[in-house]
Amino acid sequence: MSAILELRGVSKQFAKHRALNDVSLAVPRGAFFSLLGPSGCGKTTALRLIAGFETPTSGEVWLNGTRIDHLPPYRRNVNTVFQSYALFPHLDVRGNIEFGLRRGLPKNGARDVAGLVRRVLEQVRLAGKESRMPSELSGGERQRVALARALVLAPDVLLLDEPLSALDPLLRKQVRAELKDLQRRVGVTFLFVTHDQEEALSLSDSIAVINRGTVEQVGTPQEVYCRPRSRFVADFLGAMNWFDQAGVRPEATHISRQRPENGACVRSAVVSRAIFLGSVMHIEVALGVADGAQEDESHTAIVQVAPNGECFQAGDQVHLWWNSSDEVRFPQ
Amino acid sequence: MSVFRSATRVRSMSRIRSIFAAPAAVLMIATLIIPLVIVAAYSTLTRGAYGGVELPWTLENYQRLIDPLYGAIFVRSFWIAGVSTLLCIALGFPLALFIARAGSRKNLYLSLVVLPFWTSFLIRTYAWMFLLRDTGLINSVLQAAGVIHQPLPMLYNDGAVILGLVYGYLPFAVLPLYATLERLDKSLFEAAADLGATPGSALLRVTIPLSAPGIRAAAILVFVPCLGTYLTSDLLGGSKTILLGNLVQNQFTTARDWPFGAAISILLLAIAMVLLLAARRSGEELL
Repeated sequence: MSAILELRGVSKQFAKHRALNDVSLAVPRGAFFSLLGPSGCGKTTALRLIAGFETPTSGEVWLNGTRIDHLPPYRRNVNTVFQSYALFPHLDVRGNIEFGLRRGLPKNGARDVAGLVRRVLEQVRLAGKESRMPSELSGGERQRVALARALVLAPDVLLLDEPLSALDPLLRKQVRAELKDLQRRVGVTFLFVTHDQEEALSLSDSIAVINRGTVEQVGTPQEVYCRPRSRFVADFLGAMNWFDQAGVRPEATHISRQRPENGACVRSAVVSRAIFLGSVMHIEVALGVADGAQEDESHTAIVQVAPNGECFQAGDQVHLWWNSSDEVRFPQ
Repeated sequence: MSVFRSATRVRSMSRIRSIFAAPAAVLMIATLIIPLVIVAAYSTLTRGAYGGVELPWTLENYQRLIDPLYGAIFVRSFWIAGVSTLLCIALGFPLALFIARAGSRKNLYLSLVVLPFWTSFLIRTYAWMFLLRDTGLINSVLQAAGVIHQPLPMLYNDGAVILGLVYGYLPFAVLPLYATLERLDKSLFEAAADLGATPGSALLRVTIPLSAPGIRAAAILVFVPCLGTYLTSDLLGGSKTILLGNLVQNQFTTARDWPFGAAISILLLAIAMVLLLAARRSGEELL
């Protein structure tokens, strides 16, 4: 797959801090690509540089074979779904969707504006709501109008700035599934900015994990989760138990009262809390100091066991064990 | 029992609160309501022989307002107030937009907008006379520079009145426009650009429609006082430019026709009220 969007050595310096530091990324055509990182890591700045609301201090932005970093936003064939949706409050649903279509006549003659609007409304399942004002819509409907307004212009890349964060948690999971469906149906490249690792893992074809203005790792969800290339990536995506320099995911960490004799790595621990979550029992343990090892920097670990399995209570003496093939290690 | 007591407390609290409003209310009744009632009463009485008013009650003063002689003054007053209002909005909108996007210097620019209020409007209007008259600063400089040989007739005409009104009431347009523009969500402008709107197109299709409440408020705040202006037209318009305000003044001074002057005042008041109510009806929150 060829890259439709490329950042080449992009840096952005604001008055007081460096938001992006020599970032290079290639987004494949048709991909659902996520920028994942904590708030303030520079992911939104990257999106704004691509949209044209900011200009890079250095570096280049290429879209579909053209360099675009010097172009104003209205000359770039990318569209944005804003975090707040930014629907025009004085226009109804139809007016919002037509906004981008009504800028002169395109080269190939008059477009069927009404037809385009009808089709995109069907795609986002808002048919029949053309005459509603934004204030009369629910949060989920507003988000779909924001999507429709951008998608109707057939952008090379659709930029989504935390589009699910304004929705209530119950709705969020449902909309997440719809978003993925929509992307598959319309085939437009999505560049999705989020701080929610679960969102990124469940939606993306590729994830770029960003921390303090630099790209820590790019890969498929499985790659970044199972083979994190830095301690930051390991910690940011899901929980990680640290045993000296080895990281082990909670689901690969096992717990038992007896010391296992299967040749696995073992650490003794004391249960500090057991929380029943329905589908799993979530157990927090305090680690003892391993024989001969230095004091670990992290003294707690998390284990998940089946809800109908062995019962553990605070204060129980236990052993944690794992297979060394499940360890992740980073060079110092 | 406790519910009853707390209800009494709420009632006595609201009584205490209404005491806070009392001084202003007394002042308004004494200086606004009572004089207005007197003006309304005068407008339905007969003109006294040496000024003042006498019985009997009559509606004749209002019938005289239909006279074409006064009709021309009405038209001229509306025209001058209308042009001044349009100019105030046309000049005030870009300025308000500039201030709303000025970041940390907003407050500095806003205080510059209201700075003229620190001196008397009368003195500032005299200053315009000093600038505009035949022997004034502008004509002297232009003549000395050889640009013109005859002084330009800049004073004592409609243009001078409009200039004075626009100058005087520009802040009344800038402030409500600024209040509206400043509250607009910045991401709406980004969304417009993102959807392909050039800056000019975004201004026409997003900024101006969304600042309609501010434009309406500015229009009323400028139009109403301009319609009743007296000082500006008297000083800058000379004897040729008679407006409603000057007509009222004439009735109470030279013409000694108090009832007719009162009737014109009531009419002006009624026009202002209708405009304000119309703005209220359209959901105005700035007035």
